[in-house]
Amino acid sequence: MVTEEQVDQAIAEILDSYKKDRKNLVPLLQKVQTRLGYLPKEAMQKIADFLEMPEVDVWGVATFYNQFRFVPLGKYHTMVCMGTACHLAGGRLIQEALERELDIKVGETAEDGIFSLERVACIGCCMLAPVIVIKDKIHPKMTPFKVEEALIPYKQSNEEKCQPPNTKH
Amino acid sequence: MTFEEINNRAKSEWETLQKGSYILIGTATCGRAAGALDVVDAFNKELTRQGLEVPIIQVGCIELCYADPLVTISKPDSLRVVYHNVSPEIVPRLVEGYIAGDDPCLELALGTLEGDGGETVYIPELPRFEHECRLILGRCGYIDPENINHYIVNGGYSGLEKALKMSPENIIRELKKARMRGRGGAGFPTHRKWELCRKAKSIPKYVICNADEGDPGAFMDRVVLESDPHQVIEGMIIAGYAIGAEQGYIYVRAEYPLAIERIQIALKQANEFGFLGDNILDSEFTFNIEIAAGAGAFISGEETALIAAVEGKMSTPRPRPPYPAELGLWNKPTLLNNVKTFAYVPLIIERGGDWFTSIGTEGSKGTAVFTLAGKVANSGLAEVPMGTTLRELIYDIGGGIAKDKQFKAVQIGGPSGGCLPEILLDTPIDYDSLREAGSMMGSGGMIVMDEDNCMVDAARFFLDFSTKESCGKCTMCRLGTLQMLHILEDITAGRGKIRDIDLLLALAEDVKIGSLCGLGKTAPNPVLTTLRYFRDEYEAHVLEKRCPARVCPELTVYYILPDKCDRACEHCILTCPTEAIKGDKGEVKIIDQEKCSKCGTCLEVCPPEYNAVVKLSPVSLLPSSNSSVKRARK
Repeated sequence: MVTEEQVDQAIAEILDSYKKDRKNLVPLLQKVQTRLGYLPKEAMQKIADFLEMPEVDVWGVATFYNQFRFVPLGKYHTMVCMGTACHLAGGRLIQEALERELDIKVGETAEDGIFSLERVACIGCCMLAPVIVIKDKIHPKMTPFKVEEALIPYKQSNEEKCQPPNTKH
Repeated sequence: MTFEEINNRAKSEWETLQKGSYILIGTATCGRAAGALDVVDAFNKELTRQGLEVPIIQVGCIELCYADPLVTISKPDSLRVVYHNVSPEIVPRLVEGYIAGDDPCLELALGTLEGDGGETVYIPELPRFEHECRLILGRCGYIDPENINHYIVNGGYSGLEKALKMSPENIIRELKKARMRGRGGAGFPTHRKWELCRKAKSIPKYVICNADEGDPGAFMDRVVLESDPHQVIEGMIIAGYAIGAEQGYIYVRAEYPLAIERIQIALKQANEFGFLGDNILDSEFTFNIEIAAGAGAFISGEETALIAAVEGKMSTPRPRPPYPAELGLWNKPTLLNNVKTFAYVPLIIERGGDWFTSIGTEGSKGTAVFTLAGKVANSGLAEVPMGTTLRELIYDIGGGIAKDKQFKAVQIGGPSGGCLPEILLDTPIDYDSLREAGSMMGSGGMIVMDEDNCMVDAARFFLDFSTKESCGKCTMCRLGTLQMLHILEDITAGRGKIRDIDLLLALAEDVKIGSLCGLGKTAPNPVLTTLRYFRDEYEAHVLEKRCPARVCPELTVYYILPDKCDRACEHCILTCPTEAIKGDKGEVKIIDQEKCSKCGTCLEVCPPEYNAVVKLSPVSLLPSSNSSVKRARK
């Protein structure tokens, strides 16, 4: 989890580079999320103050769009594509395999903060369907069995090199 | 600098490039997914190792996505050879063979771009190019999208140069003569939008490019922006001049980071070259373009919702009229067109409206760009004249159905479109014919389905998408689609009743009437067309509890054929994630149906020489021997 000071510092720097204009709301939220990985509540309050608009409107916009997240992502953020081509090629089985292997449901981050799982509408690689994305790397033509294989290096590298961060939901 | 000077400079850069060898590697998102960046690294490493200095140009997509990663090696006075499915392992061989030596390694090649009269495949003579007519995809994959000179030398910005010498009225007249219809899906005459904006009194005016390609299964706008972004920018500048706007926005979905990056580079270069900014090409005209990155909402593709999104609000549509041409962005006149619409504009200005009308059908002029995906053999993009039939597109260009399966349906237009059956394969592709068949042009995503796809499940999938993406403003769209989804879930789970089908039809009408924007009005289409053309599948689910394609998990079981099981092999036992398969060495393996999660891993891993695992539907087909084992164990 990001500390309060980190949030404060990030927000201050980001707000500094934007004009006080309502049209900058979405870019501001995007910038904060890119920097911190999610949108902490304090960040949204500060943006509301900066743009002189009600907090509820910032919250409304942030929850309207699919891009924004309100909990931190795992170290290996995993996306399962559920576009039409992926669905027809067995996307549901892939999603179930990921949920089983990672022991989390879509939209969740594992308690140890290593993996998080998200379902996305289409990443535009339909000829490689079904696809999953693990930490920005696209894995094409998945099958439930290949999901297991694809996850192995990530699971291993984590056991060997890093201590899981103390993340709590 | 005058345009002539800019042109000459671009030409000399291009000619210098052609004098030596160079390598083109397709690194659009599709190429990257197939590993193109590893191939780039491998080339860099190998060239350094061999002490060769050959430029590597990262290009966009040449639309043969099934063969990615694609590499083209060009040598002066020699054939340009395209290699397909290139892996880093074969890179040293290509460098050794064709760059250092004279062996074109044709056994690794897809074909050549020049005919040698021999046995080598000459790519422009592939069957697909008999139908294709590449207007806006022509440069994609052959020029560096991050180098404006490559665009200029291939005809770029000459449409703008010509437009600036014309009167705005004449530009709009040319579009009218071209009978150009918007490529966003609805097919509204482009010149009418432009004319309305031109005539609107209020200033400032805005130009917005809709690059919020939200259809799952459509990616042509992404390909255009990643492979040849300048043509869209040029179209927008001409639009700004024609309607009297000074500011433009490109609204791109955030899921396309590479497209955003390449547009940014293109905008910067266009500014440096004087195609954007003040006094464009020494005229009085000023125009600037900014990127507005979307944040993920399918509804943002609707024009009024998109405008709300650019304003930094929740992206919900509002009633029209007033149309954005009168009251748009910040209540000012706004011209909103799709990526492809803008891309055609420079061509129409340069070659004239009459040229454009020579392509296509009576009601739909020009070309249509489609993405072909799903169960088709050669997926990728295609640009064909309007009026080409679905059969030509799927069989001649797409190479037919993959793995020799049986064609079942083609889904056009995403969640707003419909599924068309085999009897309609000779339907010409144009706005009106597709609408008549119950589908729509939409953004141009085409997904082919084969015998292994369940049409009820497909309808449920699209409705699930529409339900999630409904902005919630209209009750019928928010709740009506949800009710329809629940009914479809019941049917696919074997809980459906025959009266549900009529209820679906009634609800579909209500949702259409009761919704404000295109999302709600078209959300029932996948259900309506599957009911119209595949009613038997619905009835099989409801009356026989049978899924004909054996897709719906509740109506399907996995079974190991005792006479085919090898007994000594334990692939299925070792890989089953729920440990549902039992059987000692030397015994027939049996699936415990209560533990089985229906993931299909056993079917996947069972060696092809046995092929012992089968799917059965309805569940009652399961031989009693399997159930008796289950009972005995209990």
